[in-house]
Amino acid sequence: MVSPQVEPAQEAFLLLDPADNVLVCIRDAALGEIVTIDGVAMPLPQAVPLGHKIARHDLAVGDKVLRYGAPIGSMKAATPRGGHVHSHNLASDYIPAHGRDASTKGSK
Amino acid sequence: MQHHPIQGFLRADGRKGVRNVVLVAYLVECAHHVARRIVSAIDDPDVQLAGFPGCYPNSYAAQMMAAIATHPNVGGVLVISLGCEGFDRQTLAAQVAASGRPVETLVIQQTGGTRATIDAGREAVARLRAAAAQAPRVPMAVSELVVGTICGGSDGTSGITANPAVGRCFDMLVAEGATCIFEETGELIGCEQVMAARAVTPELGDEIEACVAKAARYYATLGYGSFAPGNADGGLTTQEEKSLGAYSKSGASPISGLIRPGERTGGPGLYLMDVVPDGEVRFGFPNISDNAEIVEMIASGCHLILFTTGRGSVVGSAVSPVIKVCANPETYARLAEDMDVDAGRILHGKATLDEVGTEIFDQVVAVAAGAQTRSEALGHQEFILTYKQFEPSGPGCLPLAHRAGALT
Repeated sequence: MVSPQVEPAQEAFLLLDPADNVLVCIRDAALGEIVTIDGVAMPLPQAVPLGHKIARHDLAVGDKVLRYGAPIGSMKAATPRGGHVHSHNLASDYIPAHGRDASTKGSK
Repeated sequence: MQHHPIQGFLRADGRKGVRNVVLVAYLVECAHHVARRIVSAIDDPDVQLAGFPGCYPNSYAAQMMAAIATHPNVGGVLVISLGCEGFDRQTLAAQVAASGRPVETLVIQQTGGTRATIDAGREAVARLRAAAAQAPRVPMAVSELVVGTICGGSDGTSGITANPAVGRCFDMLVAEGATCIFEETGELIGCEQVMAARAVTPELGDEIEACVAKAARYYATLGYGSFAPGNADGGLTTQEEKSLGAYSKSGASPISGLIRPGERTGGPGLYLMDVVPDGEVRFGFPNISDNAEIVEMIASGCHLILFTTGRGSVVGSAVSPVIKVCANPETYARLAEDMDVDAGRILHGKATLDEVGTEIFDQVVAVAAGAQTRSEALGHQEFILTYKQFEPSGPGCLPLAHRAGALT
């Protein structure tokens, strides 16, 4: 029974541009939470934190990823619809990003 | 919203400031401690510290320091020199004096060391403050403001909330006839073509594409993009994703020119600042942290800085107030005391981009009229200036300005 003060759960993902193939998370979303992507409901295959991205549909190696309707890099590993899109499967077409271990692993 | 009228501080060179700071400027790290002790002993928010750490001379640093010391928010300058450093203290003092500002110089090696210079510095600052207090207060229009924007600690929300909201504010300021500056060409990699299309002339568009290509080469040589680990924690994956979000701070106005740090725009409108040095990679990263970018925008005349943050930067700046616009609602909940604007409301439909853009515009006017920002209230006065090398701007960079009136 939901108390009347509690707002209905807000959609966790936002499509920024109709051309985009990723959705942006606007509140922390839990593993298994039912999300609706292009009208189709599915359980989220992983938890996703605020600000992160998931695939709008299946993405293959080499696919350009579009956000704001513009390319933000290319897929280096495939991911299914709803999968987390981040440093493990998406890379820049310009300059590689670096993590906190960069200074111990070397600058390149 | 009814705005309070802005009462600017009129300087002898005709420019108007929104603050009346006495700057204590050290010219080498060896003079830093003495300068800091003078500032901390006086303990007044309008007596502020700036400085340059290096002993080797650098024309960029000399031009930047002169531009900061003659900034319209500055009413007087105390120069603290060790005595043997490479910085040309006489030229700096002459430039400040030529701007009509009171200036005094103390050379530690000639004044009798640490204690004697701190004592002499406190007396000098008292004289400088008394002189600065004589600056006439005159009405100042929004069209006379120069406003810069920077993002720091960006995350996946920055490009959806705070950055486009600042873009709306920039559109409103430009429509009022003000001057707006955005920057960090290394954080615009991937946006060069859309940006060039907004240039007021094709030649300027070419200059914009060339300066982003220069930034991409420079960062590629260094091995790192302008992308911090916290950006990835916050959901940003690539340089171009961060860039597209950062780019939205510029709004939708035409781009009127491309300036170098310390160079003035020479007219109203929206300008891009090229912060990446020219020539071979020489002195390291273009800007080692956010405050290095803020200092460069202040050197180009910014009265105020709009700082967007997702992860949660807390900094302010010496000389010009910093208004912090928080993109991420979770960050705002944790760091509310440090934030001036809660743009994360946009994510949950509690405000529109236009509403937050208007709120930022209202804060710009209020802060120009004297209201304290959060970082001012908390005592933030960061300042950092390091080595760089620039060539003069190309002829296509400022198509609308009377170049004779702009610094190079």
